[in-house]
Amino acid sequence: MDKQTVGKRILSANEQFAQANAELLAAHHLVCLNMISSPGSGKTTLLARTITDMRDRLRIGVIEGDLRTDLDAQRIRATQAPAVQIETKGSCHLSAEQVHGALGQLPLADLNMVIIENVGNLVCPASFALGESAKIVVLSVAEGDDKPAKYPSIFARSAALLINKIDLLAAEGLADFDTDRVRADASRLNRSIEIFPLSARTGQGMENWYDWLAARVRS
Amino acid sequence: MHETMIAQSLFEAITAEANRHRARPVSARVSCGQLNSVNEDVLVFAFAAVSRGSVCEGLTLEVVQKPLEAHCTDCDRDFRVDLDQPRCSYCGGRHFTLLPDPPLVLEEIEFETE
Repeated sequence: MDKQTVGKRILSANEQFAQANAELLAAHHLVCLNMISSPGSGKTTLLARTITDMRDRLRIGVIEGDLRTDLDAQRIRATQAPAVQIETKGSCHLSAEQVHGALGQLPLADLNMVIIENVGNLVCPASFALGESAKIVVLSVAEGDDKPAKYPSIFARSAALLINKIDLLAAEGLADFDTDRVRADASRLNRSIEIFPLSARTGQGMENWYDWLAARVRS
Repeated sequence: MHETMIAQSLFEAITAEANRHRARPVSARVSCGQLNSVNEDVLVFAFAAVSRGSVCEGLTLEVVQKPLEAHCTDCDRDFRVDLDQPRCSYCGGRHFTLLPDPPLVLEEIEFETE
């Protein structure tokens, strides 16, 4: 037998596209956020409201990832923001190559921020860099307060955690969601993670998130 | 489920090495950080599926999970973190930052010799 040391990064093809994306975004002075969550956490609603409320402060372009349909891109375009849909046809995460193609379809010169709404999945998207400036994770209260403990990767790697649908905390049967537990578990994995409890439906808590977003473009 | 894509990339990397060495690969060792969420059984199964009928068919795949490390800001040392008991192994402190998770790396291939 002949043993050969290789030492090759397995995902280098994805990493090369991620690097190219980061360079393209930097050349246009664009902040890029990779938004990750389970399906149904309210990412698209959150994004649509953010675009509308921040219209005077940010010019946001959106890349949408889903297994099928362009329903989400349609919802974003209804806010007048440019949106490109990637249909992954079954793949559980977006790849940097797919995002590279989508970036080419956005009017980058007119924007100061690109938000990528990844495929709804709390596991796989965490492992694939897309060239983003930061990852953000959305967790809705209906999913339960044990998620940072059970799915640590994405919480360890995100710059911000948005706890969405806090208006449901007042609803009967959901009062056992312990925001302090989420805060403690997420902070243990990631000391610098910023946590924003909010409701994209009622608007509660959205201002803190908006200020954080605006600060990223300024810095 | 992302193991399928990893298996495909791994298959391409091993095939390229096999062509370069003009030899049949019989085993390979892969390493990755814990936060990459790579399940060894799923990766082995996916690799067997993508390599069927190729020079890599029947290859034995070993996945080595690299420990997760953190830097303790209390005692200024790096330590291996156990996510179930997240405390510094030196001073017991709870103030630490996770160090970057090791990437997925194809470490070594063993080739058949004539």
